[in-house]
Amino acid sequence: MRRIPLSALIGLILTGGFFFVAIFAQLIAPYKMDELVGGVWDPISAAHWLGTDSIGRDLLTRMIYGAQVTIFVATCATILSFVTGSVLGFLAATAGGWLDQALSRFVDLLMAIPTLILSLVILTAVDVTTINLILVMGFLDATRVFRLSRAVAVDITVMDYVEAARLRGEGRGWIIFSEILPNALSPLVAELGLRFIFAVLFISTLSFLGLGVQPPLADWGGLVKENSAGLVYGIPAALAPAIAIAALAISVNLVADWVLSRTTSLKGGRGA
Amino acid sequence: MLDQVKTNLLEIKNLRIEATSYPPGEAPRKVVLVDDVSVSVEQGKVLGLIGESGAGKSTIGLSAMSFARGGARLAGGQILLNGRDIREAGAGELRSLRGREVTYVAQSAAAAFNPAKRLMEQVIETSLHHKLMPRAEAEARAVDLFRKLGLPNPETFGSRYPHQVSGGQLQRAMTAMALCPKPDLVVFDEPTTALDVTTQIDVLVAIKAAIRDTGVAALYITHDLAVVAQVADDILVLRGGKKVEYGSTDQIINAPQQAYTQALVSVRSIDHVEKADSAPVLSVANITARYKGTNFDVLKNVNVDLSAGQTLAVVGESGSGKSTLARVITGLLPAAQGRITFAGRTLSADLASRTKDDLRELQMIYQMADTAMNPRQTVGTIIGRPLEFYFGLKGDAKRKRIQELLEEIEMGAGFIDRYPAELSGGQKQRVCIARALAAKPKLIICDEVTSALDPLVADGILKLLLSLQAREGVAYLFITHDLATVKAIADKIAVMYRGQVVRYGSKTDVLTPPFDDYTDLLLSSVPEMKLGWLEEVLQSRKMESGGN
Amino acid sequence: MHPVVKLVTQRLALGLLLMLAVSALIFFGVEALPGDTAQAMLGQSATPEALANLREKMGLNEPVLWRYGHWLYGFMTGDMGVALTNGEDIAKSVGSRLGNTLFLAFWAALISVPLAILLGLLAARYNGRWPDRLISGVTLATISLPEFVAGYLVLYFLAVKLQLFPAMSMVFPGMGVFERLSAIILPVIVLVMVVLAHMMRMTRAAILNVMQSAYIETAELKGLSPLTVIWRHAFPNAIAPVVNVVMLNLAYLVVGVVVVEVVFVYPGMGQYLVDHVTKRDLPVVQACGMIFAAVYIGLNILADVVSILANPRLRHPK
Repeated sequence: MRRIPLSALIGLILTGGFFFVAIFAQLIAPYKMDELVGGVWDPISAAHWLGTDSIGRDLLTRMIYGAQVTIFVATCATILSFVTGSVLGFLAATAGGWLDQALSRFVDLLMAIPTLILSLVILTAVDVTTINLILVMGFLDATRVFRLSRAVAVDITVMDYVEAARLRGEGRGWIIFSEILPNALSPLVAELGLRFIFAVLFISTLSFLGLGVQPPLADWGGLVKENSAGLVYGIPAALAPAIAIAALAISVNLVADWVLSRTTSLKGGRGA
Repeated sequence: MLDQVKTNLLEIKNLRIEATSYPPGEAPRKVVLVDDVSVSVEQGKVLGLIGESGAGKSTIGLSAMSFARGGARLAGGQILLNGRDIREAGAGELRSLRGREVTYVAQSAAAAFNPAKRLMEQVIETSLHHKLMPRAEAEARAVDLFRKLGLPNPETFGSRYPHQVSGGQLQRAMTAMALCPKPDLVVFDEPTTALDVTTQIDVLVAIKAAIRDTGVAALYITHDLAVVAQVADDILVLRGGKKVEYGSTDQIINAPQQAYTQALVSVRSIDHVEKADSAPVLSVANITARYKGTNFDVLKNVNVDLSAGQTLAVVGESGSGKSTLARVITGLLPAAQGRITFAGRTLSADLASRTKDDLRELQMIYQMADTAMNPRQTVGTIIGRPLEFYFGLKGDAKRKRIQELLEEIEMGAGFIDRYPAELSGGQKQRVCIARALAAKPKLIICDEVTSALDPLVADGILKLLLSLQAREGVAYLFITHDLATVKAIADKIAVMYRGQVVRYGSKTDVLTPPFDDYTDLLLSSVPEMKLGWLEEVLQSRKMESGGN
Repeated sequence: MHPVVKLVTQRLALGLLLMLAVSALIFFGVEALPGDTAQAMLGQSATPEALANLREKMGLNEPVLWRYGHWLYGFMTGDMGVALTNGEDIAKSVGSRLGNTLFLAFWAALISVPLAILLGLLAARYNGRWPDRLISGVTLATISLPEFVAGYLVLYFLAVKLQLFPAMSMVFPGMGVFERLSAIILPVIVLVMVVLAHMMRMTRAAILNVMQSAYIETAELKGLSPLTVIWRHAFPNAIAPVVNVVMLNLAYLVVGVVVVEVVFVYPGMGQYLVDHVTKRDLPVVQACGMIFAAVYIGLNILADVVSILANPRLRHPK
């Protein structure tokens, strides 16, 4: 058993905690999501651990449900971007030819426009629903996964052991699943963490701009927006969801860093 | 100093060099790179340091400048340079001796030159920095050295950038850079290893002449005993960071005392008697090939035959087309013209349309065993896959056969669950041989299979290949640039040059004069394990090497 | 033709082609998406007559290719059409706002670029030791902060709690340079925070890469002092990768600006864009999208051109 460094351990525990809260939000939350339980921006008290929000809802409850929304949307978008990106990336790398050219050039085009700007353009034209948000985020971010998985797969396909498998007469299935995939997995897993962070930051930013999750549902970015007006009066309610976003991103980052360092150290291996 | 008759310029006493390694997930541990090595160099003499990779020869060489790479520490002993201990000298003192008293010639001059600066600037930089001579004198000296080292257009050579000259020329320019400040000692770190064999000899001659003319002392580091025998006065044989044997070149070459040295001297002395021609298993007829998108034939009308159970060595330098021939035979690069007959059948040009038996009976072993094995598969999976794929072996029957194969390649059955990263270089290559054997092939293409290995390990692999051939009757198409290997293993030889076979026949015929010019150049460029070989060769050469 | 000229020309041509493709994507991509812009603007309760009127006004009844050509031609001649919501000339609104945004981005770049290079050098020089670890730790934290979170943290602590700077970045025509500068201090701090981390990390990696080259060892073995080694041998080879890093991060800055402007209610391009996305004012959004994309692509091309110019292999061909 390899030792897990402290930073990665902290990251793992925090990430696990956030996911736990997200999954069991309905059981944990002390109040109903939309229940008015106090005054506007009531301070922290025994009944309201984080105080109340801009219209008198319990902020802790809003935060817990916000965790659910944020993590749900980010997870769905990550899965979508990962499946689309890696399948197309591997396909482009092993098939080569015009398919590779067409996919790669299209991805170049999508990546020539900053993701936030392109998604704003798209969100002007389509209805802002949770499904549409996931689709837009997932497909736009799939471009990055595509580039990485294609690059990794291309690096592996030129290896002698893949050539040896081709000379043996192995089919494309064996080559992708037994020769390429096991060697591409570690960099992709590390990338999974980074894509998830990106999705969290992205949905938060969209919601903050008022173009993400729509009321009465609110993710953390939306909570920041709802409560931001209080900041100038010295009411820090907006900082709680803001800090939650950063905490989630940092803890996933710590885990991803650890996975990545393990990946690179695996290359050397023992012996030789 | 004037009174002393014999001054040791460099005297290393009981040197110990350590480093700390950081294995992932484990506690850091101390590694000893060099242990208790003592050696000395007199003024104007050349000491050869020889050993396999990891023997500590470069580490010792750099210690003469009190330099240690990548976190290594000069942990103990003395390094006396011009009479003072420099092992723990301060940064200022080190800066004043590096470049002034000792200079360095790296293995890869291509990487060691700054790509953004002209050669002349870099060659005279040391002389100017240490204020050894005015710029004009330094430039004149550099031009003089360029001329002595046989560089083309010595007057203007310095105005070029590193990427504008060839590898052999860069290596000579680096020698000029080392000699320009008139140092007492030059450390040559494998200066010819990265070069083609016919280029190596030119650089070697140039270095030897330059050492003689300038009267500088040198540490000459190499893994090739035959090379060092041409330039060194004394030789230190190293293994695993420890001294094996230390003596005069004459004694080391002609009367080695230690078993390891004896093995090094006699390496590639495998005595292989060629077999008579028999029915061919492979027939390559009129093959012409080119890569997609180019308009240049990499192979031009190649014709060779290989008898069953015999070895055909395909010899040539990089770019001669020898590896392309292998790609054409395997079907990775379909030939533009010509026909390949294998085991009595005509092979289709393209890999995809070959039968499973064609694929099975024609196996391949690669130069880099590291990249030829999937790092995520165990030795058992690697060897077992062809058994399963071609013969449908499963479970115990497969495991038993894998163990037999492991015995055949002289590795225990215990290796079955190991991963490639846990094997040594030689063991990796053996596993690749076992994977090829598992298919019960009639022909194995061996693409430079020993050139990445240390000489003794390579010897073991060649012996294994020969005994397997005797037992299994498999034929080898052996691609190599190393003529010593060819002599050890071939029945027939094809010499390739610029995509054509320039000489082809039985081993004896090919290696017996009269030679064509290229074969003469190639054969004469292979260093031989005897003193004075370099001078003999220069007298009898017919053709100049490719201008490098 | 000299290979450098050829490559640079190729790169510029490719950039123009890319820009054309981007314009097509922004125009046709929106066309192809489900949903009717006119419907979306007026809401579900709109009468058929109102819808038809709006379609007519937006030119939605013309053939799509004709509309694209018209739009693109107008764009290149400085005519970006009028906003649907208030009928204002887009080019005119963009003009003053673009100036404000560039003013903000300029100061952010002016502070962050030298700082990032300095810190990157420092981290590379003390690779693995405490200054490096400290810098790396802090940058990891800032990379995990979305721009608006960083914005509110700065706003709350510096403007509200400590009352050092104004919380809103009001600028208006006729304001003096110093007044303007004091108004944008907070957004500049946030942008610097956001860009610095990325730029510093990449600069550090680029410098480490150069410092590990064999020719640096050669220079050390010549007895040169560390400063001479860095100045004479590392620096000429590090320019290209570092400039590349800087350009790529300035492109990143362009996006960061959008969010930061909204946080500080700064009248720039970003706020203009976001406002009109909310109002579903497609012509404005498309125009802004084109401008942001053009700046982004332009900086990327500049980065490529710098690498081409700095490459000795290309400058001095065989």
